[in-house]
Amino acid sequence: MLDAVREVQATQAGDLAVRWNCKAGKCGSCSAEVNGIPRLMCMTRLDGLPTGEPVTVGPMRSFPLIRDLVTDVSFNYEKAAGIPSFQPVPAGADGKRRMYQEDVERIQEFHRCIECFLCQNTCHVVRDHADLRPHYSGPRSFVRIAALEMHPLDAGDRLPLLKDGAGIGLCNVTKCCTEVCPEQIRITDNAIIPLKERVADRYYDPIAAFLRCFKRTP
Amino acid sequence: MSEANITAHESDVLVVGAGGAGLRAAIEAAATGARTTLLCKSLLGKAHTVMAESGIAAALGNVHGEDAWQAHFRDTMLGGGSMNDWRMARLLAQEAPGRVLELEAWGAVFDRTPEGLIRQQDAGGHRYARLAHAGDRTGVEIMRTLQQRAVQLGIEVHMECSVQQLLTRGGRISGALALRRATGQFAHFRSNAVVLATGGGGRAWKVSSNSQEHTGDGVNLALQAGAALTDMEFVQFHPTCMTGPGSAQGTLVSEAVRGAGGVLRNAEGRRFMFDYIPERLRGETAPTETEADDWYATRQDRRRPPELLPADVVTRAIDAEVRAGRGFKNGGVHLDIATRRSSDEIRRLLPSTCRRFALLAGLDITREPIEVAPACHYSIGGVRVEAETAATSVPGLYAAGEVAAGVHGASRLGGNSLADLLVFGRRAGMHAALHALGTEPPAKVSAGESKDVARIVRLVEAPLGRSKGENPYLLQRELQECMQAHVGVFRTRSGLEQARDKIARLRRRAAKISAAGPRLYNPAWHLALDLESMLAFAQATTLAALAREESRGCHAREDFPAPSAEFGATSIVLRSSLEGLRMTREAVNAMPEEFRKLMVPDELKQFFEEQSTWVRTKSTSGSGAATPAAGNSKVTG
Ligand SMILES: Cc1cc2nc3c(=O)[nH]c(=O)nc-3n(C[C@H](O)[C@H](O)[C@H](O)COP(=O)(O)OP(=O)(O)OC[C@H]3O[C@@H](n4cnc5c(N)ncnc54)[C@H](O)[C@@H]3O)c2cc1C
Ligand code: SF4
Ligand code: SF4
Repeated sequence: MLDAVREVQATQAGDLAVRWNCKAGKCGSCSAEVNGIPRLMCMTRLDGLPTGEPVTVGPMRSFPLIRDLVTDVSFNYEKAAGIPSFQPVPAGADGKRRMYQEDVERIQEFHRCIECFLCQNTCHVVRDHADLRPHYSGPRSFVRIAALEMHPLDAGDRLPLLKDGAGIGLCNVTKCCTEVCPEQIRITDNAIIPLKERVADRYYDPIAAFLRCFKRTP
Repeated sequence: MSEANITAHESDVLVVGAGGAGLRAAIEAAATGARTTLLCKSLLGKAHTVMAESGIAAALGNVHGEDAWQAHFRDTMLGGGSMNDWRMARLLAQEAPGRVLELEAWGAVFDRTPEGLIRQQDAGGHRYARLAHAGDRTGVEIMRTLQQRAVQLGIEVHMECSVQQLLTRGGRISGALALRRATGQFAHFRSNAVVLATGGGGRAWKVSSNSQEHTGDGVNLALQAGAALTDMEFVQFHPTCMTGPGSAQGTLVSEAVRGAGGVLRNAEGRRFMFDYIPERLRGETAPTETEADDWYATRQDRRRPPELLPADVVTRAIDAEVRAGRGFKNGGVHLDIATRRSSDEIRRLLPSTCRRFALLAGLDITREPIEVAPACHYSIGGVRVEAETAATSVPGLYAAGEVAAGVHGASRLGGNSLADLLVFGRRAGMHAALHALGTEPPAKVSAGESKDVARIVRLVEAPLGRSKGENPYLLQRELQECMQAHVGVFRTRSGLEQARDKIARLRRRAAKISAAGPRLYNPAWHLALDLESMLAFAQATTLAALAREESRGCHAREDFPAPSAEFGATSIVLRSSLEGLRMTREAVNAMPEEFRKLMVPDELKQFFEEQSTWVRTKSTSGSGAATPAAGNSKVTG
């Protein structure tokens, strides 16, 4: 698909606006909607699309249009900037940090994210509720927060953010985000649902909250 | 356009480029106390560095306790044919472990050893398993970690903001003028120190593994500002990249496919790598298919299959086969794993490769061979810098990462580039900050600077104003064809001269490009501007390649197949002058005795033998192309 767009660019419409960089599905620049479905253009083969009818390609619909296939994705960068960063626990006595493969595998899944923002574009909370955007960070942010919260060496706490500013409660687990993720990150099952559980445990489960009081005071 | 439309910005340090090197530089500059601004041509997080796969070289000693910086230093120098700036190679080896551990403290998650430490994997030319990695997406891991760190430090970032020219005042750096892609407006960044971290120039070749951002901007900007370039002739090709379809051309097929049993075959069906075993590696390379295939079963006590020879050897072999007419229709050979392993086994060993190639190329590697050919992969040469400070010859101008030259010598070891980004990115950021903080903050814009700005704006806007003229896309294709044909794996005087003349003609035609259309995100206009840099990069490479009348590392001259002692001690240095590029030959810094001692005498001896041994290809149908015996170098990704 990207090739087709580039060919049009080279021969018919030099100013056709499109973003692309790596042409190998690694940079997440060429996000668009092909026949209405959010995808990376470089990883979409024309021969995989229905023949005999025109192929439509359009920009991601949830973000303000700049020109042609290029949109203003600054929403995503603003949300990313609001996430409290990694806070390392002190290194071991020998100055080394130890983590085990089985403990990092699940966050390595989240670290695969190429920030294509297709999930953000697809999530109906972002797409259909402009009024909620100030209070909702979207699936990409949840993946990032999950990666931090589940990091074996992180001492930070992002549950207050999740509950309020990031609005994880607004997600109603439709899984549309997971369907479009080109890195096949199981956004809903592995990131969002466990985070929702943590938020619920802390804020809505009186017994857990009570027990935590004891844990905190040694 | 009136000046009122140019936004003004001020900082102590301006970092141009947000790949690994630029991000690391910006983080260090900010940590040193400088007000720091970071610019990049595309969105933050999309730089070429995300493509890096196999890992970052650092002598952490987690897998082999005996590994140490001295061994990494020695391997780097051997790989680079001792053309490296030995001081840079030393700093790289000494500081890489600290840089990797620092990433971990910033949240990076590398694969682990059973003891819970950072796992390290093998790569060609590295004596010990040394590459820290996060699966096969190490670049993304490093980029996200640095990007989040930079955001955390509150560094000001301007995305899709492409620097058109550096500004100087009295011979010192005073800032840069940039074009904002989204709006087509200009931005004047004033600062006493600029760090160039713009990556390489690989997009000037037709078949390239590089991201589209690698248009050689930093080399062009530095030249115009008066800085010197060196080692431009050393362009590394990766042996196995896809030949198509479409833009899948150039996509890297990692050495892992060969490691898992994939073999190379020409159009005659011959497993031709047996014909290209360099004399010096005969002792450790299997001479027959039966013995080679035995290796996969045990992986030890056997001679290795010739498909796993050093990358420079494989690159030249594939290129020679194709040129001898034994290639397939897209100009490549077959990399075949389908007939060698069961589908299940392939899927188990190479899961992400299977998936990606199916999507990118509609290719099922469990059933069909992959057509592969060498692709332009890495720009070893670039802006000449001081080892310790990353300073160029222009006061206030620094360079780090792929845009800078020196650390890799005549050929780069896999994994050393990512290490280079962090080690020298940090040094560049620190010294740029110290420089800026030690000078007066920029006073008012001088009359000279205003004139400069107005002149640059006119130049940059020119293609936009031409309703008729050359098509930038087609000009770029012509340049790419030319570089591919004449400044590729093998070079000759006549080919290089043709390229030189063609580039000169293209430069004249580029002055007549039309990119008519709107200001807002107009890719034809962006390409017209990038093309200037690609042409400058191509020209510098071609001239340097013409001047180096020998073969060494990844520079192979068919007409000068042997290395020469004289050139081995000489760097080709280029500077801009009124008459065009001016070339000088300068002596390579000799390694002091105490460092020479780190090289075991046997290795040094072997090294010098390698440099003077040539192997005639034992060709089956008589092409007889000459192949140099490569150094220890190997590209892994
Ligand atoms: C497929 C592939 C795999 C690789 N694997 C490995 C590996 O495993 N290990 C390893 O060590 N190396 C590897 N390499 C090499 C390594 O990835 C690169 O050398 C390295 O990423 C270069 O980083 P950089 O910071 O110098 O530049 P880049 O990452 O290229 O960043 C350049 C930055 O400069 C910006 N820029 C450029 N021009 C301008 C301008 N005019 N104005 C403003 N901004 C500008 C760009 O937008 C970008 O942000 C691989 C390379 C490829 C292609
Ligand atoms: S699962 Fe949640 S985050 Fe994902 S698309 Fe549905 S509402 Fe949005
Ligand atoms: S989680 Fe997946 S879809 Fe969302 S930005 Fe990351 S890679 Fe894209």
